[in-house]
Amino acid sequence: MAKHHVEAIVNGDPVEFLCETEETLLDVLRDTLHLTGSKEGCSSGDCGACSVTLDGRLVCSCLVLGCEVGGRTIETIEGMAKGETLHPLQQRFLEHAALQCGICTPGFLVASKALLERNPNPTETEIRYWLAGNLCRCTGYDKIITAVQDAAGAMRKG
Amino acid sequence: MAGNGTNGQQYVGTRTIRPDGADKVTGRARFGADYNLAGQLIGKVLRSPHPHARIVSIDTSKAEALPGVKAVITRDDFADMPSEFIPAGEMMMNYKDVTRNVMAREKALYEGHAVAAVAATSAVIAKKALKLIDVTYDVLPHVIDVVEAMQPGAPILHDDLFTVGVEPKPDRPSNVAKRVEISQGDIDAGFKRADVIVEREFKTAPVHQGYIEPHAVLATVSEDGSAEVWVSTQGHYIVRAHCARLLGMDIGKIRVNAAEIGGGFGGKTVVYLEPLALALSRKAKRPVKMVMSREEVFKASGPTSGAVVKVKMGATKDGKFVAGWAELKYQAGAFQGSPVQPGVMCAYAPYEIEHVKVVGYDVVSNRPKVAAYRAPGAPISEYAVESVVDEIAKKLGIDPIQLRMMNAAHEGTKAAYGPKFGPLGLEETLNSIKKTEHWNTPLRKWQGRGVASGFWFNIGGETCVSLTVNEDGTVSLMAGTPDIGGLRASLAAVAADELGIPYDKVRPIIGDTGSLGFNFLTGGSRSAFSGSMAIVEAAKQIKSELCARAAKLWEMKPDEIEYAGGHVKPKVASEKVTPMSLVDFAKVAGKTGGPIGGVGRINAQGAGPSLGTHLVDLEVDPETGRVTILRYTVAQDAGKALHPAYVEGQFQGGAVQGIGWALNEEYIYGADGKLQNAGFLDYRMPVASDVPKIDAIVVEVANPRHPYGVRGVGETPIVPPLGAIANAMENATGIRFTELPMSPPKVLKALKEKYGAGGAGR
Repeated sequence: MAKHHVEAIVNGDPVEFLCETEETLLDVLRDTLHLTGSKEGCSSGDCGACSVTLDGRLVCSCLVLGCEVGGRTIETIEGMAKGETLHPLQQRFLEHAALQCGICTPGFLVASKALLERNPNPTETEIRYWLAGNLCRCTGYDKIITAVQDAAGAMRKG
Repeated sequence: MAGNGTNGQQYVGTRTIRPDGADKVTGRARFGADYNLAGQLIGKVLRSPHPHARIVSIDTSKAEALPGVKAVITRDDFADMPSEFIPAGEMMMNYKDVTRNVMAREKALYEGHAVAAVAATSAVIAKKALKLIDVTYDVLPHVIDVVEAMQPGAPILHDDLFTVGVEPKPDRPSNVAKRVEISQGDIDAGFKRADVIVEREFKTAPVHQGYIEPHAVLATVSEDGSAEVWVSTQGHYIVRAHCARLLGMDIGKIRVNAAEIGGGFGGKTVVYLEPLALALSRKAKRPVKMVMSREEVFKASGPTSGAVVKVKMGATKDGKFVAGWAELKYQAGAFQGSPVQPGVMCAYAPYEIEHVKVVGYDVVSNRPKVAAYRAPGAPISEYAVESVVDEIAKKLGIDPIQLRMMNAAHEGTKAAYGPKFGPLGLEETLNSIKKTEHWNTPLRKWQGRGVASGFWFNIGGETCVSLTVNEDGTVSLMAGTPDIGGLRASLAAVAADELGIPYDKVRPIIGDTGSLGFNFLTGGSRSAFSGSMAIVEAAKQIKSELCARAAKLWEMKPDEIEYAGGHVKPKVASEKVTPMSLVDFAKVAGKTGGPIGGVGRINAQGAGPSLGTHLVDLEVDPETGRVTILRYTVAQDAGKALHPAYVEGQFQGGAVQGIGWALNEEYIYGADGKLQNAGFLDYRMPVASDVPKIDAIVVEVANPRHPYGVRGVGETPIVPPLGAIANAMENATGIRFTELPMSPPKVLKALKEKYGAGGAGR
């Protein structure tokens, strides 16, 4: 069968691509659009390494089909820093050593940003439950939580 | 001595921003699966659906005829290898087994064992091709459990496997590959002196390293036989060596680039896809990319052993350990080589005990071959011993920290496994834990507190780094051990301090296998330990070279000149000459003798054991059996923390992996010998909401054999959690759990048996 022709907005830019029916949004991002910042850890929605936002909603891009995103807006890790300025979350992750190997980091950052957009002042428990869909095997989560709390504080002050 | 500083600043011991950080938080960093080449094919592996089967025939003709398929490989594409054991870090390896593990030969030995591989123009075509390969299996009886595998009459995996280390030499093959033993003193005499003896049997389940990045490789072989590889691995030189051997290629013809690695924990110290991708590329003459699915990672890459462990310890009534005996039976998976040897050596290593005997068995069964996992073998044996230590403390009415303190190994203690220890930090970690506010907070009903200590050796090994002074005086640092947890930050700090230049003037990269001499892999907690030693050596060469050049410029003797505070200057200040910085020298490098640089080539010796003590509070829900970790504190001896934040990160991460091992993680097999939970939903690793903050106390008892006092830190943190949590469970429930994981169904059953439904009788 013929491929699907899809037009969408990715990180603010219009994109168009062709995809097979069974290709996921993650496949399209990584293989067609060459945005390899979103990672595939499980392809079953359990690890969160492929987290992106779709029309502002946090999703696992491995659970969305490429042909579903026509006319929609997608934000990935590649769109998080503005020009030369890192997002406060990105900066705090570096300052707090909130990453070791770094494979889960894009997913955690995208998910944390989505949290702070909804709840600028989350409790530690709220952060932990919001991020429960993102697996990290290196850090034990401690420094990730601290970095998110610190970034939230900085963002509230503007 | 180390540490010149610049403007009085020292970077070692501070929390610098990692040099690779910006790439890692923007998605720019390239991990194994992020590499692509024009014209690349996608490789996929056909895996055995049977846990044990003779492979009668493999017909690939239909797959080869499918348009888009460019190469198919089977056992026929790999030469057989003689049986020969080669040291590989903390483990041993045998190419006869390695070649059979990457591609089954006579038999498929576990569900998921590779039987054939295909390279095609797309993933869809490659998957279709796998379905067109006809494999005729003669299905054989299988054995999964370690104790069953040791029984006479158990299905035998290898007809040529005869137990080593027993007398007389067996005349029949067995699944017991070897028996190992260490002993000191007279164990029977030791138990005679004991006033209290505790004997227990424990069982642990196999657990996976659980790195979030599946194995991934891209390989390309040219018509002239030279090859280039990009791969997620803990050791690209090791990948090169294994592939050269398995494929009959010259080592110098293979260039391996270490991609950023998304976690390894020991699991990426061996090869799986790499030789297949090279073999496919060699056949197809196109680049081949291969990435495992999560299911393949679980079924076909190494977990660590499940085990059955018996421990018997004796102590005098005033709390002196006098005898320690243990018997360890470790699953090796389909091929021999479980970490039972280090398990045996570590079992009693934290303590000074006169009479010790530990026996271990390495047992094959129809499971994936185990791979190293963070302090391989030690968490299992030390969990059992730490549980028994806790029981002895209870029987004697001695505080568990005090009992450990009374028996702690220290400088001068002769370990049962051989050496006499240098300075050790166990007592300091126990003291640190005892002083915490955590240790003194009250607990409620169904809550419990546990403590346990842990030991790991750490290793050094072959290491090569280079420091190159660029034309503007900035410095390129090249290391050959993949950076998994902030290595570049630690090494850049050491280089900056050694040369007395700003941290951000050092740019560290991980070089490919053609750029530096041989480097053993990132493992054994060795990369910061050995890498920093090699940098000290490389910097010394630069400093000595610059002093020699200055001597010529200034018409002085080299020994009248020194390199200090980032400058070359006369030892006795002189008005005739102006001290020169690295930047000054870089400008005149061409006129004074050419490029400036140093290469540290060492076989690092003197790794210092790292000991740790963990303290945990938990709560058991008597209605569901669920265990919640309430509070957790780690104290561990780092020797010297080059980068305290990444050292703490090792402590915290290891503790949480240990929490998973203790409470939830396990390989679950059906009666059919097939893995039932090969995914993150059913193989449940801890998530953020499962754990509290992990307090990390960095103890620093310097390792005298390292210029900065460094010990390795990466592995020890996974050793104490199993015992600490089991001990806390006993305090919370009054029940000694002797089987891991302590998952809700098991906990609920035990509570019901002892206290009735919902724990009502407590």
